[in-house]
Amino acid sequence: MADSSAETLKTTPLYERHVAAGGRMVPFGGYSLPVQYAPGIMAEHKWTREHAGLFDVSHMGPSFLELSTRTGDAEADHAAIAAIIEPLICGDIASLKPGQIRYTLLLNAEGGTMDDLMVARSPRYPGSLYIVVNAGTKEADFAHIAKAAGDRAKVTRADDEALLALQGPEAIDVLSALLPGVVELGFMQYGPFDWEGRTLIVSRSGYTGEDGFEILAPASLASALWDKLLADERVKPIGLGARDSLRLEAGLPLYGHDLNETISPTEAALNFAISKRRREAADFPGAARILKEFAGELTRVRVGIRFEGRLPVREGAELVDESGCVMGQVTSGGFAPSLDAPIAMGYLPPSDAYEGAPVIAMVRGKPVSGTVVAMPFVPHRYFRKTKSS
Amino acid sequence: MTTKFTPDHEYIRVEGATGIVGITPYAQEQLGDIVFVELPAVGKVFKKGDEAAVVESVKAASEIYAPVSGTVTEVNDALSNEPGLINSDPEAAGWMFKIALSDASELDGLLDDAGYAELTK
Repeated sequence: MADSSAETLKTTPLYERHVAAGGRMVPFGGYSLPVQYAPGIMAEHKWTREHAGLFDVSHMGPSFLELSTRTGDAEADHAAIAAIIEPLICGDIASLKPGQIRYTLLLNAEGGTMDDLMVARSPRYPGSLYIVVNAGTKEADFAHIAKAAGDRAKVTRADDEALLALQGPEAIDVLSALLPGVVELGFMQYGPFDWEGRTLIVSRSGYTGEDGFEILAPASLASALWDKLLADERVKPIGLGARDSLRLEAGLPLYGHDLNETISPTEAALNFAISKRRREAADFPGAARILKEFAGELTRVRVGIRFEGRLPVREGAELVDESGCVMGQVTSGGFAPSLDAPIAMGYLPPSDAYEGAPVIAMVRGKPVSGTVVAMPFVPHRYFRKTKSS
Repeated sequence: MTTKFTPDHEYIRVEGATGIVGITPYAQEQLGDIVFVELPAVGKVFKKGDEAAVVESVKAASEIYAPVSGTVTEVNDALSNEPGLINSDPEAAGWMFKIALSDASELDGLLDDAGYAELTK
């Protein structure tokens, strides 16, 4: 329970707000961040599902990838920047429309996952990308991208700015009172919005399974924006603990746990992130392996498991068959507050990965029975725009 | 009747030759929402410091150690249906198990009220 390493940890622009609000600060990804506030993880989790939760995710790695030489032709410049990032990832960036975001994966030469990230056409100027990577991998990610870009483009980090997430069914009503234009955004769309004379980058995205937003704000505005949002009684601050249980219920993988350098996007059941054009061109790192897996030659696949009883089955627990043979491992797991039951994600051979398959997890030497279930565990409630007039 | 504490935040409330064991209000607050408790079997014999139970919060599993040596005489079955009793009432309804002391002199090595208060200041 020692927090004595606090002095070596980085802080976000909202550190003092967290402390003042009674946040229990813990080291996370090199930063001192609140794991929870007074209401506790369970209450914070439920509040986010029912109202709106405000998260400080400034520890993540927002950045801009910017062309060194621009032609001035928006489409040509976008094509040029897409050609720089695409050889590192499996997503189709060339076809991104202005205002669109894509979830993609940074892959190593063997098709293992170096990180999962968001890539969008930046509002700064045509030919620049807005990229958000994970906290734990950001140094390596930025170095990898910068090396590949050479002198064609540069990475400008924005990780001294504040990144806030406002998530939950009431997030839209809260944020549109401040920034009316956000009602125009659909899921995975973003845009620049002016507030207090400065530009905020607001995306309709998040990692809780709820409708919601992520907001990149200049550090100097961070506290004012945080206070303004919390002044709305529908909003409460939420810590990392509930962030983790929310994303687990939403069936979303967490880098360093459900994803790592050995796991391919196909194994991680993220085939949607391998764009059709890239698949047909087989022009992404590890394509030889990944395309074979795509065609069915898989040895393991990420599944969701629901367990009987109340005992949480956590990361590292072995998954065994009835004779005790190890079939796989839990990569993240815990107690799902919305379901009042233990759930987990883990890897199993495809032959054991069908919905309804029985699974046994070993916890402290004791077997715990479970069943493979479809993910998400709790339905997503993203806001999808309809195409009707 | 006296209550003693371990530096690991267990309490033992001694009534005659029996001690009632649980975790302190400070500990339950640190752990957060408790969702599961694994209790020892009645009749189990512990040496002081043995792992006796496990408390699972939403966030993590935490071992609970026997504050003294002895034999488990009773466990709080109510916790299997309502583990949150440890959060709401750790010192009464949220007790975990009772232990028949095999060496009462071990109590002298534990913290008293003032010592524990100092530890958690």
